[in-house]
Amino acid sequence: MKKYVEFKNHQREIYHFQLRLIVSIGFVLVLLAILLVRFFYLQLLRHNYYQTLAESNRIAVVPIVPNRGLILDRNGLVLARNYSGYTLEINLNKVTDMEATINDLSMLVTITNKDRRRFKKLLAESHNFETLVIRNRLSDEEVARFAAQQYRFPGVEIKARLFRDYPLGEKTSHLIGYIGRINDTEVNQLEESDLSANYRGSDYIGKTGLEQSYEADLHGTTGIEQVEVDANGRAVRMLSLSPPVSGNTLVLSIDAKLQEIAEQSFGDFRGALVAIDPNNGEVLAFVSKPGYDPNPFIDGIDPQSWDELNNSPDVPLNNRALRGQYPPGSTIKPFMALAGLNYHTRTPEQTITDTGVYYLPGSSRQYRDWKAGGHGLVNMFKAIQMSCDTYFYGLATELGIGNIYNFLTRFGFGQKTGIDLEGETSGLLPSQEWKMKRYQQIWYPGDTVSVGIGQGYTLVTPLQLAFATATLANNGVAYRPHLVKEVRSSRSSEARFIAKDPLYDLNIPASQLDLVRRAMVAVTQPGGTAVYASLGAPYHIAGKTGTAQVIAMKQGEKYDAKNVGERLRDHAWFIAYAPAENPQIALAVLVENGGHGGTTAAPIARKVMDYYLLGKVPKPLTKADVQESGAHD
Amino acid sequence: MTKRQLWMRFIAHLDRQLLLGIGLLLLTSLLVLYSADNASFDRPLGQLRNIVVALACMWLVANLPLHYLMRIAVPIYALGMVLLIGVALFGEISHGARRWLNLGVMTIQPSELMKIGVPLLMAWYFEKHEATLTLKNYFIAALLMLMPIALIARQPDLGTSLLITASGFYVLFLAGLSWRVIGGLFVAGIASAPVLWSMMHEYQRHRIMMLFDPSQDALGNGYHTIQATIAVGSGGLLGKGYLNGTQAHLDFLPERTTDFIFAVYSEEFGLLGNLILLALYSFVVWRGFIITSHASTYFTRLMAGSITLTFATYAFVNIGMVSGILPVVGVPLPLISYGGTSMLTLLLGFGMLMSIETHKKLVRT
Repeated sequence: MKKYVEFKNHQREIYHFQLRLIVSIGFVLVLLAILLVRFFYLQLLRHNYYQTLAESNRIAVVPIVPNRGLILDRNGLVLARNYSGYTLEINLNKVTDMEATINDLSMLVTITNKDRRRFKKLLAESHNFETLVIRNRLSDEEVARFAAQQYRFPGVEIKARLFRDYPLGEKTSHLIGYIGRINDTEVNQLEESDLSANYRGSDYIGKTGLEQSYEADLHGTTGIEQVEVDANGRAVRMLSLSPPVSGNTLVLSIDAKLQEIAEQSFGDFRGALVAIDPNNGEVLAFVSKPGYDPNPFIDGIDPQSWDELNNSPDVPLNNRALRGQYPPGSTIKPFMALAGLNYHTRTPEQTITDTGVYYLPGSSRQYRDWKAGGHGLVNMFKAIQMSCDTYFYGLATELGIGNIYNFLTRFGFGQKTGIDLEGETSGLLPSQEWKMKRYQQIWYPGDTVSVGIGQGYTLVTPLQLAFATATLANNGVAYRPHLVKEVRSSRSSEARFIAKDPLYDLNIPASQLDLVRRAMVAVTQPGGTAVYASLGAPYHIAGKTGTAQVIAMKQGEKYDAKNVGERLRDHAWFIAYAPAENPQIALAVLVENGGHGGTTAAPIARKVMDYYLLGKVPKPLTKADVQESGAHD
Repeated sequence: MTKRQLWMRFIAHLDRQLLLGIGLLLLTSLLVLYSADNASFDRPLGQLRNIVVALACMWLVANLPLHYLMRIAVPIYALGMVLLIGVALFGEISHGARRWLNLGVMTIQPSELMKIGVPLLMAWYFEKHEATLTLKNYFIAALLMLMPIALIARQPDLGTSLLITASGFYVLFLAGLSWRVIGGLFVAGIASAPVLWSMMHEYQRHRIMMLFDPSQDALGNGYHTIQATIAVGSGGLLGKGYLNGTQAHLDFLPERTTDFIFAVYSEEFGLLGNLILLALYSFVVWRGFIITSHASTYFTRLMAGSITLTFATYAFVNIGMVSGILPVVGVPLPLISYGGTSMLTLLLGFGMLMSIETHKKLVRT
């Protein structure tokens, strides 16, 4: 039966099947075409795109952070260096219970409360993908102890890193400054100045001092290592390496030993000292007392220590030499005398009679000399030597504020010196315009009188005064003060010298300079205000004392150091250069609440000069050594 | 009997052209596996074992006369159904799916058996009712196909169930299912897509979504697709060279000895290699169609056509999924991917093709 039916349909059925088979072949060809189109698209048209993706998949660019440049003093002594050490670091992503982890860790390595507080602060500031340092400078023993137990602490690891270290600590803190972890503001700054690429992998940046102002030299060039990585991010092999270039070495003009002596000479006093080689502007010592230890700042200081530093009445974080602004007091007098000679207001021989009181013409207001009864007959020489106020009251009045302003500006007063540190303040040299702008008041003749003896509105920084003194010592030829003598390249033997050419020459006639300079030598000779300063010195010192009032005295009131609180006592100034005939060092010393310049500030200057000129190392000075002598300004 | 005669008898039922195409693909498999396994002989040797076993089975099937094939259709299907029900009731769960049945001595995946069982039974059914085919017969055949598919889809194993659906559908199509019904099914399929969507498992939906935008989940499910596409695209015209595929050797490619082996091949041999591979597949498929057109009975025509089309579909689905135009459904690249079961199933199919080709004269006479 079946055969019969089959026979009937066989041809038609074969025909139908063949048709279906052809459709099937067509279907397969369509599938084939789809794949071919896809291959052409992926492997020809988009090949470059996918090649790039594959390359970026497999290649990781690993930055190699360069070694930061060293900072040396002028004799090659190391002031900032790198050393390799171990840190204990916690990967925030891998640790869930931070508190428990730290507690467990403290069983193995010492973790002080300071470390914990510091870590908490870092934690609060961090982005969550970071690893943070919980302990620095692990001892070998601690490293070994932790290594044995490491399996217990996933996400905690020991890393060998280079650390910055400042061997002289607080003695050079205001000079060298410190580096610290790069913060968000700095990240933005780096991006704006297109430096981000060079800071890939860098954790630190100069925050203050020379570390900040020479950041571009010190940082160096980040190296790049291209490594092939697998899908888990593990490096399989190195493909290429462009090695990092270490930062350049800074050779300072600072003499570290001199710096140390200057620092110690302050004893317990607060203050500042800037010593400059007048022949080239090299800063030999740059002290702001008290200093602070910069080392804890590098990895983030713990909040408690920070508060202690920040809230201390001694303000150790304030760079007094650079930013402290004080009335110059009588140290302004040599410059006032030069102004008088310059404008021919007074001749050297011209004398006045000092009765101890000065009146402006047609006024009954008294301007008293520091010496009751006055100095009698006084010419310009004696006025400087004895620091006669009355003489300069009159001179200032005769000069007028306009001339004073113009002349003192040439010595750098009221302007930044342009030293190679950031954050310098400009002091204040008053003028009629300034007063109008600042107080909306006209300039009174009485204002000029105060300016004549460095009181009133005038403010200077120790650095400014040292710079002016150096210019004076160098016969009016000014060099920009600079702390860095040369920048030694790390890739070649080349060195770049900082500020070797003079800034300007004031072209002061020799006769005028000669008078003022002789008078300044007389200041340190019997009859002068700073006799102690040169007692027994085998070279001549030209100097000038000064006193900066902390509190203003009312008319008729008399200042008595014993009656005012210690922090309200006058600040003592002493400016000097030596040897007087051929100056090698010029300096300005400020002793806060030190009273009289001749008794507290001048001995410090003497010790510094003795060491610099003679190589003599002095004994440290304490407050007990300084008797409140009867000597006055 | 001379040695030569023995040899002639041994190869009498092997189709030389088909064997050539299959052989070249299997050699390619060993070559690529060596690279995919990071220049280790582990996988190539394992695959060689799979190949030897599967080739032996192929030889056996090729030597089986056709009426044997007809005779085993119902038992194979019945066994498959029993096992599938067994899996549904007592199956072992692995990777979130209940696909394996532990028989004590061995673990088996009954859905693999159904890859052959379903078209075999359907071809048998149509042969039985060849003379009096009505729409009702197509309906019954479709039902026979859908029962195991439903069980497999429930496991869930979307890839296998879709492929079995395809092979079953090819039988229906070749058996002459009217174009109107096909059109109707097509429309119904599209209309029911939202319903299917709602019935799908979360991971299945995810995989389909990923097809449209793999970057949505670059580290999760989209990762496979993205990395495979990168491998293929970065291969370029000539490829990166044998053993030089970075995507493969640096671990970016997942499942690179099994489902994603095509990415390894394509990365190292480029467009040129792809064209050669497609040519090899086309050759095998072409030979399959030739055998189909020679086939003497309704059963053998349907069976040969379905086997050939299913083979082409496997290759297309795998390559399409690796190169990012189809969702990742877990289909190996036929004859190339590492794996014993799929190798066995495929070569059993080719054995049938060879049997169909070499036994037809006997039937005719």
